[in-house]
Amino acid sequence: MQPFVYTRAATPDEAVRAMASSGPDTRFLAGGTTLFDLMKLGVEAPRTIVDVNSLAALSRLDTSGSNELVFGAMARMSDVAADPKLVREYPVLSESLWRAASQQVRNMASVGGNLLQRTRCEYFRSGEPFACNKREPGSGCAARDGINRGHALLGGSGACIAVYPGDWAIALVALDAVIDILGPRGERSISVEALHVEPRDTPHIESTLGRDELIVRIRVPASPIARASTYHKIRDRESYAFALASAAVAVTLERDIVSDARIAIGGVATRPWRARDAERGLVGQPLTLDTALRAGHAALAGASTTPANQFRVELAARTVADALMIAKARG
Amino acid sequence: MSQRDARVSRLEMRMTVNGTAYTLDLDPRSSLLDVLRERLALTGTKKGCDHGQCGACTVHVNGRRVVSCLTLAIQADGTEVTTIEGLSRDGAPLHPMQQAFIDHDALQCGYCTPGQIMAAVACVHERHASSKDEIREYMSGNICRCGAYVGIVAAIEDAASKMASG
Repeated sequence: MQPFVYTRAATPDEAVRAMASSGPDTRFLAGGTTLFDLMKLGVEAPRTIVDVNSLAALSRLDTSGSNELVFGAMARMSDVAADPKLVREYPVLSESLWRAASQQVRNMASVGGNLLQRTRCEYFRSGEPFACNKREPGSGCAARDGINRGHALLGGSGACIAVYPGDWAIALVALDAVIDILGPRGERSISVEALHVEPRDTPHIESTLGRDELIVRIRVPASPIARASTYHKIRDRESYAFALASAAVAVTLERDIVSDARIAIGGVATRPWRARDAERGLVGQPLTLDTALRAGHAALAGASTTPANQFRVELAARTVADALMIAKARG
Repeated sequence: MSQRDARVSRLEMRMTVNGTAYTLDLDPRSSLLDVLRERLALTGTKKGCDHGQCGACTVHVNGRRVVSCLTLAIQADGTEVTTIEGLSRDGAPLHPMQQAFIDHDALQCGYCTPGQIMAAVACVHERHASSKDEIREYMSGNICRCGAYVGIVAAIEDAASKMASG
């Protein structure tokens, strides 16, 4: 592992200043569960690390407000997952966290850092001799003609079909969450949906975050729709695995007719994927397994497959449908 | 990378491990796992995958279970760490979880066992051991390649009731 200089920031401003004044090979260290892992693999090789773990101001979570829920970026996944209000009134958020990783990793990983978790594409993680445009721009993509059973059906390009692996961001996108970002010139806010970008011909660029910017908090608009919600995750094993397909959904029914629906899908796209056409198609309909399946197929519209991963189109459509029926039962 | 690279800096850190205070001079790259095993000779904590996927290196930091392989040692600065060696000390009886693993044959080769036991103790403290299904879910970060899972779940159920009454 390449040696690095370790520094510890005492305030968020100090963290951002330290980042702005150091070289491009500088990384913020939050939980470290992605960064340290990738440093061991040689995929990440920072020369300077700015540790933001002691920023107590960023660890608070406040779910008591009537307008929004506020999660400090350094709050840990396990603590947010167990918040009683989330469990009761925003099951999609709680489930997206406790169905991710293991309790050990959730005790370490922060909810801000989790948004920037990097892909589990084995060619990205393995290094030489495998080509990877994300790891080494211009080198090619070994996954296109390689083992791609778990690769993206949506949002891929000729340069990259690596899946965005997270769960939490999928649930946040479904609920129109916002992140506050601190940079050298102060704070700005964007929707979580505007954080991640498709690979196009620059797969090494994964987000719209500037290199000297720090996610400081996540805000979720308070909404009664979240009560009838779920994060449904289908995996090769029952627990502690990445999604083959997942769905974050929420529905509101009035006299058995859908008046509002949120559908975002994970495990199948290069970025968190909000399925607005599928949502629109469902509004005004009764929610039955038939209409739910139609919504599921609409969510997968435009899927691009390989022989090894095409089974996941139907799997993901049915995951959406099952999620909608689970959410309906909670309404 | 050369050991003599001028960029290799050193860090001082303090932590308490199993009740003993240590001040250590560290290479910033050190994992907590390697420091426990190689510097403090606490070899009960095991290195399996070294990537947070198997759970063999599970320890408690300030009472919470973590994988020590993905914890930079410097992140444990100022904390209290408990390893398998700290569960029952100085000839005291075994911790109820250790005894339950013996009673229920919850191991074969034993390599994953220290991590299983540290995760299991935390699982009970977190109140995530109310049913077999909940135990399986909250122990999923610990892999046993011998497949002793049935015994492990039985041991945790047994120990959970004894820990509650003890």
